[in-house]
Amino acid sequence: METKMRGADIVIRSLIAEQAELIFGYPGGAIMPVYDALYDYQDQIKHVLTRHEQGAIHAAQGYARISGKVGVCLATSGPGATNLITGLADAQIDSTPLVCITGQVAAHLLGTDAFQETDVMGISMPATKWNFQVRRAADIAPAIAKGFFIARSGRPGAVLIDITKNAQVELGEFNYQPCQEFRSYKTHYPIADTSILQAAALLNGAERPYLLFGQGVILGKAEAELKFFLDKSGIPAASTLLGSGALSQEHPNYVGKLGMHGNYAPNLLTNQCDVLVAVGMRFDDRVTGDLSRYAKQAKVIHLELDPSEINKNVKADVAVLGDCKESLAKLTEAIAAKKHEAWMAKFRALEQQENEAVVQHDLKPTKVGLTMGEAIHHINRYKADDAVLVTDVGQHQMIAWRYFNYKKTRTQVTSGGLGTMGFALPAALGAQLHDYSRQVVCVVGDGGIQMTIQELGTIMQTKAPVKIVLLNNNYLGMVRQWQQMFFDKRYSFTELDNPNFILLAEAYGIKAKKVSDRADLAEAVEDMFIHDGPFFLEVVVEKEDNVFPMIATGCSVEEVRLN
Amino acid sequence: MKRYTIFVITENFIGILNRITIIFTRRGINIDALTASESRIPGVHRITIEVTVTEETVIQLVNQIEKIIDVIKAFHHEDTGVVYQELALYKIPVSRLDGGLEKIIRDHHAKIIAAEPDFVVLELTGHKEKTRELLEILKGYGILEFARSGRVAVAKRMLTIDSFVN
Repeated sequence: METKMRGADIVIRSLIAEQAELIFGYPGGAIMPVYDALYDYQDQIKHVLTRHEQGAIHAAQGYARISGKVGVCLATSGPGATNLITGLADAQIDSTPLVCITGQVAAHLLGTDAFQETDVMGISMPATKWNFQVRRAADIAPAIAKGFFIARSGRPGAVLIDITKNAQVELGEFNYQPCQEFRSYKTHYPIADTSILQAAALLNGAERPYLLFGQGVILGKAEAELKFFLDKSGIPAASTLLGSGALSQEHPNYVGKLGMHGNYAPNLLTNQCDVLVAVGMRFDDRVTGDLSRYAKQAKVIHLELDPSEINKNVKADVAVLGDCKESLAKLTEAIAAKKHEAWMAKFRALEQQENEAVVQHDLKPTKVGLTMGEAIHHINRYKADDAVLVTDVGQHQMIAWRYFNYKKTRTQVTSGGLGTMGFALPAALGAQLHDYSRQVVCVVGDGGIQMTIQELGTIMQTKAPVKIVLLNNNYLGMVRQWQQMFFDKRYSFTELDNPNFILLAEAYGIKAKKVSDRADLAEAVEDMFIHDGPFFLEVVVEKEDNVFPMIATGCSVEEVRLN
Repeated sequence: MKRYTIFVITENFIGILNRITIIFTRRGINIDALTASESRIPGVHRITIEVTVTEETVIQLVNQIEKIIDVIKAFHHEDTGVVYQELALYKIPVSRLDGGLEKIIRDHHAKIIAAEPDFVVLELTGHKEKTRELLEILKGYGILEFARSGRVAVAKRMLTIDSFVN
């Protein structure tokens, strides 16, 4: 049965039809009819008013990453829409499903430089998987249906739907039809049996096989398939930044993390394996270092859903195109059960070297100043197995990633591909609002937190019990580290005079504590977890500490440095 | 580097051309020529792009173009894999005409498609090398304007777009 209603009502009814329960946004002139409609549906769909549109979109990203659902946000035209762009680019590069709805000036004003008009279609095009402008009420529901389908299917991504104000106030038919397919868009690739056979033959003959897994495993819900594959194959496995959590770190085959600040053995031994299996990862330059010296000795098997990622950075000897949930299961059947003890022992021996050279320094420092690693170590002691770690970008991100004990899938939210400072605080809020009962720990630096610190206001208003751990070194630490290592210690504009963060948090009604002595750290972390509600823990850390291991830009993975 | 023709079969939606050109712009690749037209199937457009790149690059470009949601299919061919044609128009001032032009028109199989009191317009269809050759000759006639279309092309492969569309 078809019914006529205002376009604005169609927007909300369509979101409800797509099972959106929680949306993030910020009102303004060109989206006001939608906000007016939202007023009538508050019992069916919750809306969180952030303090900035960037906060809204990062919150939607945090929500999407933890829930596995499509994150939704609303913004007005012009500046409202342009404030979403960083989040769109971030979600798109990290394959996070998002649908953003922006208001737009009335259709007859398009292109005239009307008040708060911006060409958001043009601006958002390179940062979205798909965008679409709706100018008639009748087109709203089909566009939203298509948008949700595109955002969550295939390799997920960011969608923007721009709706002119006239379309929001005019009447249109509403008869919601979910989108399941359309001819120009392919979401499923049947796994080619020949590729499975070729991959299995390579693996069965391999002496030093090595598996790298990325976020594709999480997005494809293939965690169990990955585990079964590793159990049977006996292959050592390392994680990318965004893949962390897809496999419990306690799994016997788990050997560590890849990339510029990953672990020693996983990077170094990339150039010693004979068969490299990459699952749901895209050989980002932060993982590969110098491509011309990356795993040249190895036959490469690439399990990947996105055809444009195959052979993009690393040539695959066997490409297995398709959903890794299916391909991993098929490959597990096709391979022989094996153990690779001698090869695994190489990883463990190098791990020992890393422990002595780096981990000791980070977790059992002899200096007076606290290290970032110590803070993460104490978080591990008190956190639940399914606690979510949300990080910003910089030294604290790499240290938290290195030392956080990942046991469950969907426990990590960070800005990987884009490296967006200011991401963590709103993303943690979004992750927490998906599930109030789950521990969400937001580890953030003193630089990044100040890029979106206004979202403390949203935490106050929603009472989201986010545990914020500020690792404060009064520096833009990662940039400072590079200045120390590659720019002759010329610390150009990286030192910060910071506000009194404790007073600031307290001004937002958030319980806060500052720790600078080692003796107080454990108790403070424990208090933070015990406290019922949001908590702000500032840990004053060593000003000039560095993150190691490190593969410097332009170096090969085997040139990974321990100091 | 080689010359390639990229064919893009696409839905006829606003902005699709922009999405395609962004892929070239991001990589700093210049498009040599581009034409867009309706295909023989209503609502389906075809875009023909001529580009000079390495084989590795053209494959990546095609993969990324095909990833665009509203693109139905994208593929590429070397010059040997396509039948292609270009059209050129030459505007010559009447004041410079002499008896020599007739032979030039005959030799090149060009034709006069417009004659105005002040100028005539010649048309020549053919590959770039041919139309450029005529341009060089007509420079001697004080040519006023020269315009050449992008390449229109069909693949030699016996595949029709129906197989992609349906």
